[in-house]
Order: sequence, then C-alpha cells, then structure tokens
Amino acid sequence: MRFLLRRLGLYALAAWVALTLNFFLPRLMPGDPATALFARFRGRLGPEALQALRETFGLTDAPLLGQYFIYIAHVFRGDLGISIAYFPASVSQVIGTGLVWTVFLAGSAVGISFAVGTLLGLASAWWRRGAMDTWLPSALVFVGAFPYFWLAMVALYVFGFLLGWFPLGHAYADDVVPEFSLSFLVDVARHAVLPVGTMVLATLGGWLLSMRNSMIAVLGSDYVNLARAKGLPPSQVALRYAGRNALLPSVTGFGMALGYVLGGSLLTEIVFSYPGQGYLLVQAVRNQDYPLMQGIFLVITLAVLGANWLVDLAYLWLDPRIRESTS
Amino acid sequence: MSASRAARATGVGVWLAAIRRDRKATAGAALLALFVLIAIVGPWLVGDPQALVGIPLQPPSPQHWLGTTGQGQDVLAQLVVGTRVSLAIGLAVGVAVVLVGALVGITAGFFGGRVDGLLSLLFNVFLVIPGLPLAIVIAAYLPAGPLTLGMVLVVTGWAWNARVVRAQTLAQRRRDFVAAAIVTGESNVRIITREILPTMTSLLVAQAIGSTVYAIGAQVGLEFLGLGDVSAVTWGTNLYWAQNDAALLTGAWWTFAPTGLCVALVGFGLTMLNSGVDEVANPRLQQERTWRAYLERRGATPSRSTPVVVDRD
Repeated sequence: MRFLLRRLGLYALAAWVALTLNFFLPRLMPGDPATALFARFRGRLGPEALQALRETFGLTDAPLLGQYFIYIAHVFRGDLGISIAYFPASVSQVIGTGLVWTVFLAGSAVGISFAVGTLLGLASAWWRRGAMDTWLPSALVFVGAFPYFWLAMVALYVFGFLLGWFPLGHAYADDVVPEFSLSFLVDVARHAVLPVGTMVLATLGGWLLSMRNSMIAVLGSDYVNLARAKGLPPSQVALRYAGRNALLPSVTGFGMALGYVLGGSLLTEIVFSYPGQGYLLVQAVRNQDYPLMQGIFLVITLAVLGANWLVDLAYLWLDPRIRESTS
Repeated sequence: MSASRAARATGVGVWLAAIRRDRKATAGAALLALFVLIAIVGPWLVGDPQALVGIPLQPPSPQHWLGTTGQGQDVLAQLVVGTRVSLAIGLAVGVAVVLVGALVGITAGFFGGRVDGLLSLLFNVFLVIPGLPLAIVIAAYLPAGPLTLGMVLVVTGWAWNARVVRAQTLAQRRRDFVAAAIVTGESNVRIITREILPTMTSLLVAQAIGSTVYAIGAQVGLEFLGLGDVSAVTWGTNLYWAQNDAALLTGAWWTFAPTGLCVALVGFGLTMLNSGVDEVANPRLQQERTWRAYLERRGATPSRSTPVVVDRD
C-alpha cells in the first residue's frame, strides 16, 4: 500500500508541475500574455467574449497567486478555453473528439510491441547464440534507429501508394457509418494496420533487448538450474520460472515507454492524417493555437500518469517482494 | 582500484584500442566519420540548397542525383547542408544533456539527505511527464531556431541520465578511497571532480552517445511538426517540406527517403560505437574475452560461467 501511495504522490506532483508550467509559460513571454495568447482572435471575438477567455486563463487584474487559483479552478471544471484553429469549439470538445483514436493507436502499438518483443527476447535468450539470436537483435536495433514517422512515410508510400493494399489515411473510410458493427470495425482495423505496424516495428527492438538481457541473467541463477535438474518441462522453466522474473525490468520500463510511444504516435498520426491528438496538434502549431496546444499537453500528461499507475499495479502483482515489504 | 589509476586507464589510446578491437564499434566509428566529413566539407561541394534549380518533383537524374523537391530545389544539396546543422545540434545537445544530468546526479548522490530527496523527486517528475508534448508547448512559445530547439531538448532529456549517475555515485560514495579522501580533509569539490568523476568516464561517454541519438531523433521530430525554423535547411525541415508538399501522395519518394536513411545511419553508427564503449566500461566483458581466448588456445571449450574479475599488477 505504501508503495502505491508513494507512486500516487509522485504522479500528483507531476500533474501539478504540468499544470503550473501551463500557467507560467504564457506569462514568461515578453509582453502581455493575453496579447500573445489571443492575438489570433482579434476581430473574431467581441470584447465580452475576450474578457471571458481571459478569465479562463486567469488573466485578470488579480495578483499572480489569485490568477493561478482561478486558472486551476477552471481546469478542474474541465474548462480549458476556446480553440483558435477550431473556433468556436472549446478546447475540451476538440480534444474529446480525437482522444479515443490516439489512445487506440498508441495503446495497441505499445501492447502488441511489448507482447511480441518480450516473447522474442525470451526465445532469443533461451536459444542463445542460435540462428535467431545472431541476427534479429541487430536487425531490429537498426530498424529502431529510424524516426517513427519516417517509417510511417515509407510504409504509406510502399503499401498504400504503390501496392494499394491499405488506405492512404484517416481512421475509417468516408462511406462507412461510424457505428458498432462488424463492417465498421473491420474498416477501422484496416486503417490501423500501417500506423500501428510501423510503431510496433520501431519499438520492437527495445523490448527484445531488455527481455533478452535480463533473461540471460536469470537463466544463470541457481533456482533455474535447480528447476532444470528436477526435470521440469522446458516450457515451464522458461515461462514460469525464468520468464516471469526476467519480465520485471521490462515492466519498469513500460511506464516510461508509454510517454515515448505516445509522442511517436502523435507524429505517426500526422503522416496518416489520423484524426487523433497528433493531427490536432499540428493544426494547433500551424495556427498558433496556444490554448489547444496546452490542453493537449495536459490531457496527454494525465493519460500517461494514469497508465503509469496501472503499470505500478501490475508490478505489484508480479513482484511479491514489494507486496511483502509494504504490507 | 584507486581513482587515479582508473583515470590513467581511460586515456584516449585505450578508447581507440577498444574501438578497433570491436568489429561493430569500428564500423560505427567509420560510419560516423563519414557523416562528420560530409558535415564539415560537404556544404562547400554542393550548391545553394535554397536555389530553385529545376522543375519541382523531378526524380533522380544525372543533373540532380537525388531529384528535386516540391519547390524545385536540389534534394542532395539540402541533404548535405542539413547534415551540418542536424549533427551540430545533436552533438551539442548530447553533451549538454550529460553535463546537466551528471551535475544533478552527482550532487544528489554525493550529498544525500534532503538535497538528494529534492533532486530525486525533480528528475522522477521529469521522467513521468511525456517529453515530446512538453517540448512542443515550450518550443511553441519561444522564437523558432536552433537555440530554442537545443534548450527544449535539454530540458526534456536530462532526467534519465541524472537518475543513472545518482545511482552510480551512491555506489562509489561507499567505497574506501572516497572515505580516505574525506578523512584526509579534501574538499567536496575536489572529491567529486578528482575521485568520483574519473570512475564514471566511460558511463558518461556512453550516455553522451545515447543522448546524441535521442537529440537527433527528437530534433527531427520537432522540426517535422514545424516547430523549428522552417526556412532553415536541416534534416527535420526537409521532412517537414516533403510532408507539406504532399510528396507521398505524388509518389516523390526521393524527397523523404534519403533524409530518413541518414538519420537512421547516424543513429545506428552511434549505437554500434556504444558497444565498443561498453568494452572499456565493463571489466566483466573484458575479462570474459581474455578468459575465452586463453581456454581456446588450449583447445578447451569455454563454458558460460561468470569469470572472476582479477586486478593484475
């Protein structure tokens, strides 16, 4: 319990740092922050609407600390201001439309990559110096050196443009009604193959190497030798004795990889015109839509923190030592 | 091993020898040398990368080896000139990230107590906040350019290094030679710079190489988003324009393929070089190699056993 509470405290602190950064960044700029934030609104909003917007960001005549609390209060109510690129929609509405797609894309990419990479790493260590172990790790490290979004561009060009096997972009075809039906799900899956595939390819090497190295260390330990000497079936030794323990370092890395993959996912979405946060983000950058940019940053940070908390729960389940020492 | 001997054992000669011993590291170093050469002399050999030299989106031809961009500029010239800027920023950020990480990590590990608690909390917070979105909001508010890019990448990249250096410092802090230095009344600054830092040289070099890989990748990503100076010629802005000019949908693979290949080759070269650094850094690997060679000379098959690290002489 103490472990979980300590982690929760860290995430709360991180969320607060993200909020505070959001508050101070516009104020650190030279000149009046409101001018910078809302320069693009001039001529499109009446004075009353501008005043309401200023209040959302706490840009009132109140002292700085007062402004800060006003801003926090608005965020807690889910009020992140109005988007400039998607005027007159509010930032929360705009982010809400794309969040599902980003979570779907990044989530399935991380999940598949972790599962496949870990299994490959386990096999690679089990048959060490075998045919697979000699070429697969280096090959995947080489592929991992490419920028995510560049792999996406190449995949789009080869499989989408040249061969025409997969659609060129978007999350589902224009003529398909977004509803919970088999044809819609199949269409979504077809559109997800290339973006998810390239992200999995780019991150597979990391999981493989992490699992392979820790598995080699675990395979040399006494209890694994004993399990072998007892004549347990090899699959049981590999998976239940060695594999489960070798998994721990990878699980620790999982939380950090989440944030990293989410970043890569944003760029991949741009290549595929996928309607997630990445696509919104590039619109925000082009239109200098600061409220939207900050909203996306906040939402993504909170999503990563939440996912990290789930990883901690998994860690607790995997490693009895932590459970014992804290209960 | 005393700190002074560790310092002597990591001279430049040792590094070069280690790189030459390891086939992967040699290949990596050669690859990097090629790119550094291109970055230094290349821009004088190709023409002005911004000049409009031909019809837009021409495929590779004898006049334009890598074709032309959507604006009608020479892709090869852009690639070569971009190499200089992208490598320079990557290397500078790589070194800066390690310096910040080492400073924070050593301070936290050496002084312990409340200082450690505070600094550890700081880098743990920075580790869980997703880097790219943070980099984007900061970069968006600052004037676009290499300085902004470099600063943003340092802010989002130092935390992991600090964490590793702190752990390493904690381990060194308990060693006898540090205790001896404290007893002889050496100042804290001297103990840190003369006793503890030399034992970490190889770790820091490995971190600098890893951080450079990170910096080049992240920089290209941010510029691809349009957060760099889009009028400058770098690898990232080349990709930004390729995407902007819809190169993919017109089948102009030559506008984006060479740049990504260069990013990957530099990253791969650095990663391979790091395996050579690991040889110097990790005495266990060195010992294993000696032991294996000794056994093979005698016609015995080396087992998988862990060799004991012996300090000869």
